[in-house]
Amino acid sequence: MFDWPLLLKNLPLLLDSLLVTLEISVAALAFGFVIGVIVGSLRLSPLPFLRRLGGAYIFVFRGIPLLVQLLFIYYFLPRIGLPNVSPMVAAVIGLSLAAGAYIAEIMRGGFLAIPGGQLEAAGLLGLSRGQMLVRIRVPQAVRLTLPALVNEMILLIKASSLVSVVGLADLTRTAQNIAASDYMFVQDYLMLAGFYCLINIPLAFLGGQLERHLKERTA
Amino acid sequence: MIFDPSIITDHLGDIGEGFMVTLGTWSAGVALGLLLGLLIAVAQLFGNRLVRAPLRVFIEMIRSTPFLVQLFLVYYGGPSFGLSLDPIPAGILGLGIYGSVYFAEIFRTGFESVARGQLEAADCLGISRLQCIMRIQIPQMLVIILPALVNLVTILCKETAVLSIITIPELTMVLTGIGSETFAFVETLLVLCIGYLLLVEACSRLGMLLEVRVGRFMQKQPR
Repeated sequence: MFDWPLLLKNLPLLLDSLLVTLEISVAALAFGFVIGVIVGSLRLSPLPFLRRLGGAYIFVFRGIPLLVQLLFIYYFLPRIGLPNVSPMVAAVIGLSLAAGAYIAEIMRGGFLAIPGGQLEAAGLLGLSRGQMLVRIRVPQAVRLTLPALVNEMILLIKASSLVSVVGLADLTRTAQNIAASDYMFVQDYLMLAGFYCLINIPLAFLGGQLERHLKERTA
Repeated sequence: MIFDPSIITDHLGDIGEGFMVTLGTWSAGVALGLLLGLLIAVAQLFGNRLVRAPLRVFIEMIRSTPFLVQLFLVYYGGPSFGLSLDPIPAGILGLGIYGSVYFAEIFRTGFESVARGQLEAADCLGISRLQCIMRIQIPQMLVIILPALVNLVTILCKETAVLSIITIPELTMVLTGIGSETFAFVETLLVLCIGYLLLVEACSRLGMLLEVRVGRFMQKQPR
């Protein structure tokens, strides 16, 4: 069933595209984190308007399938005067916007877990709201939500398989191309699945360890 | 950017059909996922090591690979195992398999959430095992797991958009098709976004109603 020489021949191609998948996933996690911190703190704002704005963002970007979001961004950007956006940029924008909505909910949980007394103390010490966010709330929230953020990374790596629809040669697209040329669907797609497992299973293990570590420390 | 409604009204019939395909694959996938998930959960809780170990591998594999890759394996790889399916059955099977491992996890936590003491008490009162499952375990477990179930069902609703890649004529496929015919991509995709938002919102509203319905007995409990 397996044609090993052929598999080995295709291996370098897949390894190259694995890099693309990892690049866009990490980029999306980074940008999504920034969006998540902003939207997450909007959700906790004392102003009802800002709270609703944050809620609307989360509702929209979590309610629409990622595939549809990616298609929308890909076709929408040229309409607002950005005709030559590369697939890579479109993919990263799409993934980041969606990741931002999920990370916002994670960060909201993290922010809520920080004792209010700390913020009062920071206010008395003369820290501005921005300083409080960057120096006090975000570092602690990240530590508390690290397992959830690792999980988000796994979700992003899986979600990035959809960027092939905007024409980016990621891991999935490359395997598709290989399969289209050699007709060895089973071995090519099993190989593809293997690649995803190879990244995601260690990540899931890491997430589990972090969670246990966190539980022991807070207990 | 001017929105031209005639693009949508001209194709209402096609869009309606696509919507029905989305609803059909979604509900069939959820039903299959629930069934497989319950089987996996029961096998994990009550099976011996020979059953549990391969199941663990299966669960890990499904959880760490994208849904799209699983679909490719079922649809394009299936024929090599003598499983030549049309796109729609392949899509339903894929969706069911993908959902099953997550459903299984929910069921497992549900079964574990019912206190052992209650089962012992039921045994002492002469209640049969089946009665115990139907009257004691499932009602309590349902209240606990229903939010997670509804959440997963809405996630699966969104995953049906991916089915368009294996050429299933559901909502996404139909509307992007109209988009490439008329070059009105933004309009058609906007309608598509609103359609999914409505579907997801309807699903979570329905879930909330259900949560109230199955949680009724909680209020009736004596203090």
